Amino acid sequence: LPTRAGSSLEPEEHSMEPPAMPEEEEVPLTVAPGPAGCQLFGYVGIEAVLDQMKIKTMKTGFEFNIMVVGQSGLGKSTMVNTLFKSKVSRKSSQPSQEERVPKTVQLQSITHVIEEKGVKMKLTVTDTPGFGDQINNENCWDPIIKYINEQYERYLREEILITRKRKIPDTRVHGCVYFVPPTGHWLRPLDLEFMRRLSKIVNVVPVIAKADTLTLEERAEFKQRVRTGPEGLLECPMCPQPWLKHHVPQIQEDLKTHAISVYPQEDFDQDPEDRALNNRIREKIPFAVVGADQEHQVNGKRVLGRKTKWGIIEVENPAHCEFPLLRDLLIRSHLQDLKDITHNVHYESYRVRRLNESNRP
Amino acid sequence: YTQAVFSCQFSDSAGYVGFANLPNQVHRKSVKKGFEFTLMVVGESGLGKSTLINSLFLTDLYPERYIPGAAEKIERTVQIEASTVEIEERGVKLRLTVVDTPGYGDAINSQDCFKTIIQYIDNQFERYLHDESGLNRRHIIDNRVHCCFYFISPFGHGLKPLDVEFMKALHGKVNIVPVIAKADTLTLKERERLKRRVLDEISEHGIRIYQLPDADSDEDEEFKEQTRASIPFAVIGSNQLIEVKGKKIRGRLYPWGVVEVENPEHNDFLKLRTMLVTHMQDLQEVTQDLHYENFRSERLKRTGK
Repeated sequence: LPTRAGSSLEPEEHSMEPPAMPEEEEVPLTVAPGPAGCQLFGYVGIEAVLDQMKIKTMKTGFEFNIMVVGQSGLGKSTMVNTLFKSKVSRKSSQPSQEERVPKTVQLQSITHVIEEKGVKMKLTVTDTPGFGDQINNENCWDPIIKYINEQYERYLREEILITRKRKIPDTRVHGCVYFVPPTGHWLRPLDLEFMRRLSKIVNVVPVIAKADTLTLEERAEFKQRVRTGPEGLLECPMCPQPWLKHHVPQIQEDLKTHAISVYPQEDFDQDPEDRALNNRIREKIPFAVVGADQEHQVNGKRVLGRKTKWGIIEVENPAHCEFPLLRDLLIRSHLQDLKDITHNVHYESYRVRRLNESNRP
Repeated sequence: YTQAVFSCQFSDSAGYVGFANLPNQVHRKSVKKGFEFTLMVVGESGLGKSTLINSLFLTDLYPERYIPGAAEKIERTVQIEASTVEIEERGVKLRLTVVDTPGYGDAINSQDCFKTIIQYIDNQFERYLHDESGLNRRHIIDNRVHCCFYFISPFGHGLKPLDVEFMKALHGKVNIVPVIAKADTLTLKERERLKRRVLDEISEHGIRIYQLPDADSDEDEEFKEQTRASIPFAVIGSNQLIEVKGKKIRGRLYPWGVVEVENPEHNDFLKLRTMLVTHMQDLQEVTQDLHYENFRSERLKRTGK
């Protein structure tokens, strides 16, 4: 099958064609009766396209942009280093780093090219020092929203040019990891406000930071707090629903009621298989994670972990924390999905809004 | 705290007057009268304040806790909740009041959250001043705040702006003892680093925290130095008993090990508790001689104008 430049089979270039392409890419190899089933009489060689895609991908490489948001000291930089197993972020706890809390939220992006088994990834991590650190944190999310929209704007401008670049540089934020402090009680007003606003424009992945401070029971409780509400019905100040009706359990319930749809969003499950997989993930959100970039000796093996007087917390041990789930979600299974949803949903809604604005007299 | 030795040697030798026995009499009288102590705890929610108080005094001061959800917190301002218990140990009665401050630091805008606290402390001083100046001074109840445990989050890199503002506003009104909460989140190195950062920032901003008095002649000098060097105390609290090597101890059970609350290698809980009980008297004195007197002279100067 000849592949032309700009063909619909290239995973990197997203043309403006209707979303019929993803289906072609994801059709399983077995000859299953699809929507318009067609029996093949012999071996044609269509499956060879997968190899070509792979080779092409390896040559062009990936771009992946993540943003980390949370109060200072929640281990954001360590988490990024643990995720990508390299010193991608400089920790603010290092003595050389400027340690003063900035008065307003600043955004700092660092780009690295990392390579694994011939696949190159251009990883950009955007940090947000100053978020939630002030006494008055009202509107501290504004610089972040502005940054995300600026990236969409940049892409839009490239896209509407008459002579377009072959590969538009993609600086759009594909995932925003939000670090919730492990209080064990509930989400704070700041957490709800931030996630409510940002889940509308970007994929938000909430995680419980420094989860080694919570026992397993406390973790489960934090995720699903069952609590009897106060006597009598009160109005929730954030949405006009009677209190007892929705404030009974779970972080997930609360997120749903306040129309906060975190990644993976239910609306974008493409088929029952997807839904089943994503439901399993949704049950566990937010992941309780621990980050570490030092290795220790445990049972003869070298593991990434934190060493304390009472034991070694192994970061990649699923019995200790849910870091493996976060890593699998962000990198091993849903990386492309994060990019697709950013492009097909968030960017598209931004584009529609902008084009409508400029059309109005 | 040195146990007064009941010396029953009333020697009749010439020259012996007998007032050396006075401390024993004072001691006996105070035991009869009982002690009053008011401790305030301040810190963001979720830092383990209630668990620590329960661990310190081995009682359940908060039997049926109601933890408010996020939406509730939006509406609330800082509340002041005082609970009093009478604890007795070996004949010594202690009337302990713990003043909790739920809502502190929870809101998105925490600008005014310590105004309520300052007002409460001033009100107690005001009440005492009024009682002291009154005609019947037999039964003055001392509700003044003798000590304030300020909980510093272990998740940051030092003091937060709110911490600095609070301590600057209150170090002239109450004895502040900074405490690093949930210390099992830190490795030993991280703990040392955090303590140093906190102390540096405290001296940088000119904050006056409670200073341990110099050791008396009969006190262990070295122990005192060790305690002083551990400030701010990095503590862990727990209400659960875990079985370790056949014994039941207070601790937290993790998949990777057990954190023991009363193990000095794991955290400074024992140091904090010892410091508190051996310095209750001194904390009361400093409150009376320094903070209350400051308040009183300010007040009287104002009304005098």
